[in-house]
Amino acid sequence: MTSLHVPPTGLRFENIDKRYGGLFALRRVSFEIAPGECVVLAGRNGSGKTTLLRIAAQIVKPTAGKLSFPGANSTPYANGTPGYVAHATMVYDELTAEENLLLFARLQNVEAPAARAEALLREVGLIDRRDSRVRTFSRGMRQRIAIARALIHRPSVLLFDEPATGLDPPGIAWLANSLRELNRAGRTVVMSLHGESEISALATRAVQLDAGSVVADTQSGASLHSILTFGSA
Amino acid sequence: MSLFSNTAILLGKELRTEFRSRELLTTTAVFILIVLVLFSFAINPGTEEARQFAPGLLWLAILFASSLMFQSCFLREQTNDTLSSLRLAVSDPFAIFLAKLIANTLFLLMTELLMLPFFAIFYNIPLWSKLPVLILVLFVGSLGISIAGTAISAISAQARMRELLLPLLLLPLLTPVLVVSSLVTGSLLDRDPIVQWKGIGFLAVFDLIFLTALWLFGEYLLEE
Repeated sequence: MTSLHVPPTGLRFENIDKRYGGLFALRRVSFEIAPGECVVLAGRNGSGKTTLLRIAAQIVKPTAGKLSFPGANSTPYANGTPGYVAHATMVYDELTAEENLLLFARLQNVEAPAARAEALLREVGLIDRRDSRVRTFSRGMRQRIAIARALIHRPSVLLFDEPATGLDPPGIAWLANSLRELNRAGRTVVMSLHGESEISALATRAVQLDAGSVVADTQSGASLHSILTFGSA
Repeated sequence: MSLFSNTAILLGKELRTEFRSRELLTTTAVFILIVLVLFSFAINPGTEEARQFAPGLLWLAILFASSLMFQSCFLREQTNDTLSSLRLAVSDPFAIFLAKLIANTLFLLMTELLMLPFFAIFYNIPLWSKLPVLILVLFVGSLGISIAGTAISAISAQARMRELLLPLLLLPLLTPVLVVSSLVTGSLLDRDPIVQWKGIGFLAVFDLIFLTALWLFGEYLLEE
């Protein structure tokens, strides 16, 4: 999909706390993700996966602790910001699929934005609906445009929060393929998932969260399987 | 990428989405029209009383209409969490504010210009000879309302009682703008019109101070 070379970037969480009032969403989370690694965040609902991804995307500031970026030079992320897919689509319903991609491509100074938007629309299978407003899309189509938006600026780090939500089996297969290619091209991939799937098979490491703390971190096949199946709530 | 090119791109998005839905323009225009029509029954058109009260009523109508506009200004961005995608995409978060406040000022001015003929007819106040200065007053006043309103809109959109919070914060903040705008408009619509340049200067300084404050602290208003 996006095979152009980008400088690899990792992520280092050091004693990250996130508190909302008296409630701890994350408590002393510390681990490091190497540049080019593919990591799954697993855990039950409310375990802190989304909060951790939002902190990694720098949308949310941690209450305490430090986030750093091994491998990055002057800016935290190569190519500006990470490619972040959230629960919400993060695109405008009133704009068409193409207008949304062009908007974010231009804001992020992507070279030849029209060509890039067209290529991505083709990749995600929405080229025939390029002129349709997003509000007319099904849930799966919305997820595809959300993924395309996240990839528009060729980010070095991909932070995907339950990216298979709403996708049909061919969509999941397409996403798994794309992520495999992007990871091979040097992108660091961090995604939160529930249960095992074609996408979780890409992971070489799983980090399990429970009540805001890291309770397991493994790279071995058997433990990875156990974390992913236990992690589904 | 520079602040201004980001602002221009975002302004294009604001205008495009509004001209497609026409939600804000329709709501504010209808609201101002209703207020002007209702009060025209209470005040005898063409009298000294009309000249005295009409400018205040005009600005009151503009204030309430603009608060309707500000309610949805940042709330729209929460529907699909587009505020997060914008924050990730722009190099300077001030571009988000700048685009929104320019768009709000434009929408407000368009509504006001559409309403001016109705205002002149309902209150029997000739406006033609004073139009250039009146437009200047409407511009500096509306800009002040938009700057403060956009900032408050960003704060209230994240609050639980947002419908209550916006007017609660907005009205005290805008009191100086409304008082001065009404006074300047009033003396402009008088039988012996006077252009109160000091008042216009005050409004311009208000705009500048609030714009600077927004530039310095706006980023914190967007934080989760």
